[in-house]
Amino acid sequence: MTKAGAPEISAETLPPSALSRLAHRKMALVGISLILIAFLGAVFAPWLTPYSPNDQMFDGLTLEGAPIGPSATFVLGTDLLGRDLLTRILYGARTSLLIGVVANGIALVIGTVVGVTAGYFRGWVGGVLMRFTDLMMAFPALLLAITLAAIFQPSLWIVVMVIATVNWVQAARVLYTETTSLAEREFIAAERTLGAGNLRILFRHILPHLVPTIIVWGTLGISTTVLLEATLSYLGIGVQPPTPSWGNIIFENQTYFQAAPWLVFFPGAAILMLALAFNLVGDALRDVLDPTQRGSE
Amino acid sequence: MAGYLLQRLFQSALILLGVSLVTFFLLYALPADPVRQIAGRSATAQTVENIRQQLGLDQPFVVQYWRYLTGLVQGDLGRSYLQKSQVSELIAARLPASLLLMVGAIVFELVLGLTMGVIAALRRGSATDQTLMIVSFIGVSAPQFVVGLLLLYVFAVQLGWFPIGGYGTFSHLVLPAATMGILGSGWYSRMMRSSMIEVLRQDYIRTARAKGLARYRVILRHALPNAILPIIAMIGIDVGIFMGGIVVVESVFGWPGIGQLAWQAIQRIDIPIIMGVTLVSACAIVLGNLLADLVTPFIDPRIRLR
Repeated sequence: MTKAGAPEISAETLPPSALSRLAHRKMALVGISLILIAFLGAVFAPWLTPYSPNDQMFDGLTLEGAPIGPSATFVLGTDLLGRDLLTRILYGARTSLLIGVVANGIALVIGTVVGVTAGYFRGWVGGVLMRFTDLMMAFPALLLAITLAAIFQPSLWIVVMVIATVNWVQAARVLYTETTSLAEREFIAAERTLGAGNLRILFRHILPHLVPTIIVWGTLGISTTVLLEATLSYLGIGVQPPTPSWGNIIFENQTYFQAAPWLVFFPGAAILMLALAFNLVGDALRDVLDPTQRGSE
Repeated sequence: MAGYLLQRLFQSALILLGVSLVTFFLLYALPADPVRQIAGRSATAQTVENIRQQLGLDQPFVVQYWRYLTGLVQGDLGRSYLQKSQVSELIAARLPASLLLMVGAIVFELVLGLTMGVIAALRRGSATDQTLMIVSFIGVSAPQFVVGLLLLYVFAVQLGWFPIGGYGTFSHLVLPAATMGILGSGWYSRMMRSSMIEVLRQDYIRTARAKGLARYRVILRHALPNAILPIIAMIGIDVGIFMGGIVVVESVFGWPGIGQLAWQAIQRIDIPIIMGVTLVSACAIVLGNLLADLVTPFIDPRIRLR
């Protein structure tokens, strides 16, 4: 009886079929490969490069003190301080992935709690939560993030908190809409008639139905987060040097970029690749997980 | 309609009030002391106290906010702490540049995005379609400061087609507008593609073809207008994204708009300017959303406003 009214795609049966459908999409595979490359690069950075990210090498600058372009010794060249760029990009992947996953995870949890609570309980609780969400939508997000990040003493965890504060809004809106329509369905009413409490309904019936949406927004959100972190670090108010981050590599070297464009190009390409990868996978997941989109390729 | 409009305007005013309260509170509560910035490092405790009193920053939060709000309803955004002029004047002086950049960016992203979307939809499933969609994805995934720096490097430094930065002529506008627009063109091309595919599927398109109209006529006269209209409403929503990117793009190109004004103020904790720019941006976003909603029923008469 509990499952009688539920649509055929219950969350339990989704993963295998969804995964295999995902594997048939070229773009999704490209995205997954890019994410894997970044992940492996971050994890195995110490083994992949002979240098350490903060080594200012004696032979890392020309005799005039300028950075060296890509060469056999320094595959992607060196930066203004004579550090190996490839090494800093590899270690920078750690920062980007860590912040991308953690900050976006926190944002997703906030968004889910706000959206689901507001959508399920309605009433004044829902009213207040959604008015607050509307208010956050009216904020210029990047300006708010920049203001917050600039006023606090910059650090990795401040960046995480700032991004989480700004980025939960979209997920909250989407999950709110889905929860309100779910809460009105017959199987929820049936469940309540059988005497199920709010918590049981929320965790056993509402949340499982939201899993696809949460996965999609979680993936797309990492892309936004990676871009936001890079932007804050580029402005000098994100992750602070000497800890390498793709954004702050560009921040440190931009005065020199006309003479040494690789110092902007390679970290920039890294940011683009990672953001692109999560966008590709998120988009493919949306097509695969959303039954209304199926077949409309 | 009039009732709906009044209700929406009232809601918008409430949201802006909320934005002002939240921003004011954040700036009040955050661990940065604007008075220290104004007084300088060598100031005595007495001087610091005097300045604090002069600016009314020793008052409790409620008093400070009330004072700000009463000024606000009279159009007074306060005085800059460091620049000794009215915030409203500073913003008014910078606003035209930002609006120009916005118009440039919107033109760029519409032309590029819609063209790409239409071509992709007409060649659906082909290699052209796939390439265009990958390009769109790259557009929405590219960090704006990297796009800006690369465009600068290629078109200003290497090729010398455009000036490296600054403001004044059309050629100054091209690179910043393109930087802002590349992000949006990615979104527009994806939306245009699905909108066009949706329209091409309609019965009236088949009818038009069946009665013997040439393919290009069907596309230009019947499909295109119907497919573009829903996209037009998106321009209003686009304002929010634009207001975010403005800080970064204006600082990369040295564009003298409100984004740069805000960035300078943030670095010096010049709170009245930060408040002012945030409110102006929020106004723009709220207005953009309102316009998007108001335009919708004209575009699609089946949608009625309630």
